[in-house]
Order: sequence, then structure tokens, then C-alpha cells
Amino acid sequence: MPTDLIMEARRQAEICNACRYCEGYCSVFPALHRERAFADGDITHLANLCHNCRGCYYACQYTAPHEFDLNLPKALAEVRQESWKTHAWPAGFGQLFERAGSVLALVLVVATACLFALAQNINPASGEGFYAYISHGLMIVIFAPAFLLPLAAIGVSIKSYWRNTGGGTVQLSDVLAAARSAGRMKNLEGGHGDGCNFEEEDRFSHARRYAHQATLYGFLLCFASTSSGTVLHYGFGLEAPYALFSLPKLLGIPGGILLCLGTGALAYLKTKANPILGAPKAWGGEMAFVLLLFAVSATGLLLYAATGTAAVSALLPLHLGTVLTFFLLAPFSKMAHGFYRMAALTKEAAHERENA
Amino acid sequence: MADNPDIVVIGGGNASLCAAITAAEQGARVLILEAAPKAYRGGNSRHTRNFRCMHAGPLGPLVDSYSEEEYFDDLLKVTGGKTDEHLARLAIRTSEECLPWMEAHGVRFQPSLSGTLSLARTNAFFLGGGKGLVNAYYRTADSLGVVVEYEAEVTHLELEQDEIVWVDYLKNGVSYRISPKSVVVASGGFQADVDWLARAWGPAAENFLIRGTPYNRGVVLADLLDQDVEQVGDQTQCHAVAIDGRAPKFDGGIVTRLDCVPFSIVLNKNGERFYDEGEDVWPKRYAIWGRLVADQPDQVAYAIIDAKSLNLFMPSVFPPIKADTIEDLATEMDLPVSAVRATVDGFNAACGDTSGFQPTELDGVATGGIVPAKTNWARPITEPPFYGYSLRTGVTFTYLGLRVDENAQCAIGNRPIGNLWAAGETMAGSILGQGYLAGFGVTIGTVFGRIAGREAAKHAN
Repeated sequence: MPTDLIMEARRQAEICNACRYCEGYCSVFPALHRERAFADGDITHLANLCHNCRGCYYACQYTAPHEFDLNLPKALAEVRQESWKTHAWPAGFGQLFERAGSVLALVLVVATACLFALAQNINPASGEGFYAYISHGLMIVIFAPAFLLPLAAIGVSIKSYWRNTGGGTVQLSDVLAAARSAGRMKNLEGGHGDGCNFEEEDRFSHARRYAHQATLYGFLLCFASTSSGTVLHYGFGLEAPYALFSLPKLLGIPGGILLCLGTGALAYLKTKANPILGAPKAWGGEMAFVLLLFAVSATGLLLYAATGTAAVSALLPLHLGTVLTFFLLAPFSKMAHGFYRMAALTKEAAHERENA
Repeated sequence: MADNPDIVVIGGGNASLCAAITAAEQGARVLILEAAPKAYRGGNSRHTRNFRCMHAGPLGPLVDSYSEEEYFDDLLKVTGGKTDEHLARLAIRTSEECLPWMEAHGVRFQPSLSGTLSLARTNAFFLGGGKGLVNAYYRTADSLGVVVEYEAEVTHLELEQDEIVWVDYLKNGVSYRISPKSVVVASGGFQADVDWLARAWGPAAENFLIRGTPYNRGVVLADLLDQDVEQVGDQTQCHAVAIDGRAPKFDGGIVTRLDCVPFSIVLNKNGERFYDEGEDVWPKRYAIWGRLVADQPDQVAYAIIDAKSLNLFMPSVFPPIKADTIEDLATEMDLPVSAVRATVDGFNAACGDTSGFQPTELDGVATGGIVPAKTNWARPITEPPFYGYSLRTGVTFTYLGLRVDENAQCAIGNRPIGNLWAAGETMAGSILGQGYLAGFGVTIGTVFGRIAGREAAKHAN
């Protein structure tokens, strides 16, 4: 981990610790104020706890042109980005974060092209709906490892992160508390409940919080839809395509719509926000990831709308290509933030429980 | 509208904004002339953090109650009776209705900060501190149509027959002259004009640090006093505390404060102690140390602690100078080594039984047989590593100002000036003759800002 980024974040954290005016904004400050000196792992923990709500920046009397030049959201964003790179597994793959935008585009093109070729050339003998283009067996062969291997990679990364930030033993209640915080996006509420500063300097709004919630819940619904399909397929012998009033569709359609709206709004807000309050180098990769999720949901909805038409032959590889790209790059894209954020929130919940 | 406002408010801090918002809500067209650029708007309000508020029962973030009498007693204790009782009680009584007004105009509060529990009952803390408050007020003012000119330095108010007839200001090198119906002065004290401080205080003031905004240069104050507008307070009086000697010349704010003195010995540049470091708990003593340091050669002092005291006080912005021996520490701090050694040895020898040491209260752990004595928390400086901080005088605000009445109106002799009101630091001397009570500056600014805005609008409409 580059020490200059940690040192800069530490310099700023020490100033914040002498001020404390921002204590009520989010979880970062109570965590910061209980330390007197900041080990590298403490800084990494604070960085992953930070949701980049920017409340502290706009309230800070020490931002540039003041000579103290505080920009805590940026300092923590840069450490956060580096921490994902450092803990990425397998080790060399952390470099992918550096060029997340172009990597993502490349993987997307290759994955889509491969799936397109497969659909063209290995036509299944029989099969209904999507399976008329790509057989169920082939999908499993591609997507089971493409889902499980990245998930395992993330597991290894989080374990290494946990050790590095001095995380101790955890109870289920800590994880649930972290999930509640993430589910509410409590740290984007701003402490006063007016929301965060993002798209218009120091104006507080819930726009980013709601957009993120739509994205999160939309994603979870889509994931639940796919999972329910798997259960129906293997548990009950009920194979796709599913009717409108089936679990996969009832979860997937609202999920897809939410994900579409949420990611669309996040991308728009991102164009409005001042990039120097984040990690400027990560901007492109983050935007690419948001757009990828948008593409996942948009192509999914289009595919459903195109059911029974010839367009399926093109839309299916495209949609599966976006999904495959999303899975493969999950450990090396902005997707990783969800896991690190949960780890940081869990650590805070454990701390609160121990000190209750 | 910038050419032809009903009301001009001079200054861009809390008092100014309270005046502007109040006047705009009564339909007046208001122009704020703020000398600072937008990034530094808000004057010393940027550095504030709370509002001292009377309350009969739990109110917002405030617990219990805080009566007018208790509040007034607290004020008398710090001012030593140098208080205008009528105006002080007006400020105190009105503070209670201010808190909901502040919330209604965008200010958000938070529970008492860690390390400030003693203020949880009396002081309401702004979420994000004073700049958060100022930002909220600028947004509210903007929504009410108040126009703000940044980097607009008011140079002159022309007074004719007890009326302000025009206001001159400079912006981007161009001078402007406007004739509003009413004028509110809320542009602070003069502490950032170091030459003026030096004239008032003597050359020692050149070595003072200014804790707040560099834009409070007292230009408007001087201009009005030159035209015989009624004055209050004395230009030789300023509120000063001992802060980290490495702090910037201006605008260091809260983070430069040092709370280590009670657990330290404090030496001057000759390596000698000069005052009882353990006289009282720090919140009651930090203000006198500004004066004490100012009286030492070169207006500088050095606090030395050892390893066992490092974590007994709030961290400050710069890490202390650290060394394994007293000699090395003295060398690193550019102090005469043998003198420091002798002072530390003498102090250590004078320490007695330290078993009663109790960092949070007066523990009576005192020295014997040295002058000056240390009357509490006197533990020998023996455990390496040793830590040192330099201390300098940090000026918070000046007391010289404009005398106002209960309508915040300025006067010449005993004649009111028909269209001139003042609010905030620039008239706080009308209430605070000396000393300071945490959070009372914001109270004065809010109460008198609202009064000034109300009266200015009444006159203009």
C-alpha cells in the first residue's frame, strides 16, 4: 500500500481529531475520535467506512485555500481505492483497478462476442425460450465458475483486509447491524436526516441515497430472481421460460426496473458531483461499473420484452455478456466496495456492541 | 438590485446572515457585502461550534434546563461584572426562541462533541460546526432573494445629520457608491489588523497569532469611530489564549488549541518557569495564558510533559516535539539546555507525593518550596520520551466596538443614528466588557442580528 496516501490521510485525520466539529455526520468520525494515533490499518478502516457523502468537506473551515488543505473525502477515497487494489486476490489482479474502465469494456466485448459465437455455432438440438439459443448445460458450465470463482476471490480479499484492519471476532448480530445500516444507507443520511452533499455543493439531498438504494435493492431482487429460478429448476423441475406470475419474473421485473433507474440516476449524479472530492483516477472505472449495471438491467428488460421475437438471438448474448462481465470483474471493480463496506460496518457494529 | 437595495448588511458571518434573513422575510431587498472571497465567507463564525442557550426544559440537543439567572451568573463570573445587565439579559432571554428559529432556517444541531460533555446542558453544537451554520444560512438567504457580493470591501459610510447617506465599497478594484435606506454593520472586530493591534498593545502584538479570519480588519469600525459614532470597550483589550506556536498566522481556529498546560511545566525562552500551570482546570484557565505568554520575552513559551501525561488531554493539530532526554528536547526546541535541565530538576525535586493524582479534578498534588509553585497535577517530569509544544498568544477577538441600544441601533452621543444598526462581534463589547463565555458570541450575533434585521426592515419598509 503506497505510504504517501496513508500518510496524507493520517495527516488529515489528526487535524479532524483536534477539531471534531463533524462528529455527527457519519460513522467515520466517532471511529476516528476514539483513536489518538492512527495505524495504517486504522486509516484503511476509516477509508472503507467512508461513504463519500462529503458533508465534512463542505462544513470544513480548513479546506483549500486554507493551508491545512483538508479534503478528507478525497484522502479516504484514495486510500480506499488502494486498499482494494492491495487486498485483491490473486495478487496481480489488483492492477485491474487501475484501468477499470477499459478492462471492463474489453471483457464486455470479448464475453459478448464469445457468447454470440456460442449461440450461433453450438445450437442446442432442443430447448425452449433462451435455451433454444444456448443450452442450459452450457450456461451452467460458463456461469457457475464465473460466479463462484470471483466470489471465492472476494472471500480471500476480505479475509486479508479483515486481518490488516485488526478486525476481531464477529457475531451474527454485528453482520445484521451492518446490513441494516447499509440497507438504510444510514451513512448517507447526514446525521440530521437531510441527506448528503453530492450533486450541488453544500446542498443536502437524498438523491444519491435513494439512487443507491434503488440500485442495491434492484440488484438484490435480480439476484433473488436468478436464485429462485435455480431453485425451481433443480428443486422442482420447473424450467425456464417462466410465466409473468412466477417467482423469477415477480422478483426480476421490478428488480430490473429499479436497477435501471438507480444506476441511471447514479450515473447522472456522478456527472454533477465535483470529482476532486473523490479519487479522481477511479472516476472512469466507477462510471463504467455503474453503466455496466445499467446495461445488465436494461438488456435484461429488453430481452424480456423481446420474448418470442428474432431479436432474442442478439439480445441474449448481449445480456449474458454484461452479466458475465459483471461476475468476472466483481472482485476487481467497484462491486468490491460492497464487501469492504460491509466488513467496515461490521467492525464498527462489533465495536459498539463491545462498548455498549 | 445590487445597485439599489433597501438594506445593506456589511459582513458575512452569523450576525450578518441573521439580520439579512430577518429583513428579507419582512420583504426588504437586502444586499450583503462580504469582504472575504466565497471560500472564506463567514468571518469568525466559520470557527464557532456552538450556541449558548437558555432553556426551561429539554430543547433540541440540550438536556435539562438552563435558567436566565444561572446563565447571567455564568456571564458575571467571566466578565467580572463588566456587563451591561439590560442587554445581557435581553440576549439571554431571547436565546431560547433563537434555537427553533435557527432550525427553521436550516441550522442543524448535534449532540455535544466528545471531549465537551461539560457543555451538553448549556451549549447547542452545530452539526459540522460554524461553517455548516454559515452554509445553511447562505442557502436560506439565497432562497429569500438576498444578494451577496463577495470580495466587496466597504471602505466608508458617509454620516450626515445622524443618517448614513451612502456606503462606499471596493470590488475587483472598482469602487461603488450606494445609498440604501438602512445599514447593518456586522463586520466583526479589528484583530486581523496587526498594525492596529501593535498600536494598541505595543510591538509585542506583532508576535501574536490571529485565531480567526484574516478579513476582520476593523475598517468599518475605524471609519465609524472616526466619525464619532458611539464607542464601547477599549482597544487595548482582546481575548487571547495560548495556542500551538506553530499555528498559522491567521485562521488556525479550534485545532491549534493546546490543553496540555495543566500536566506540564511551562518555560519561557530562557528556560524558566513563570506561572502556576496547575492553578485551575484548563477550561477555566486557558484564557489567561494568552496574556501570560504575551508578557514573556518574544511572546513565546514552551510546555514540556513526559510520557505519562501524553494521553491526558485532547490531541491537537501538530504532533509534539519528542526526545528521549530533556537535553535533546531542549536542543530541538532551541532552548538553553542547562537552564532547562536546572528548571526541570528543581521542579522534580519540589514534587511530593503524587499518589493522589487525578487528571480531571483539582487534586492538590502540589510542589513545595519553589516559586512559582504548581498547585495541582504536579508530577515530576521523569519518564521518557519527553514531549514539548511551543505556545504563542492567539487572539480570538477584540472588545472595542460600537455601542448599541436594545434595538441594536448605533448612536452619536445620545442621539440615535436613524438608519444604522450593529450586530455581532462589532457590538459585543456592549455586553461583554471582558472575559468570554463559550458560545455566547454566537448568541449575541444571533439575537442582535435578528433585532438589527427587524429594525432595519421596519425603517426601510
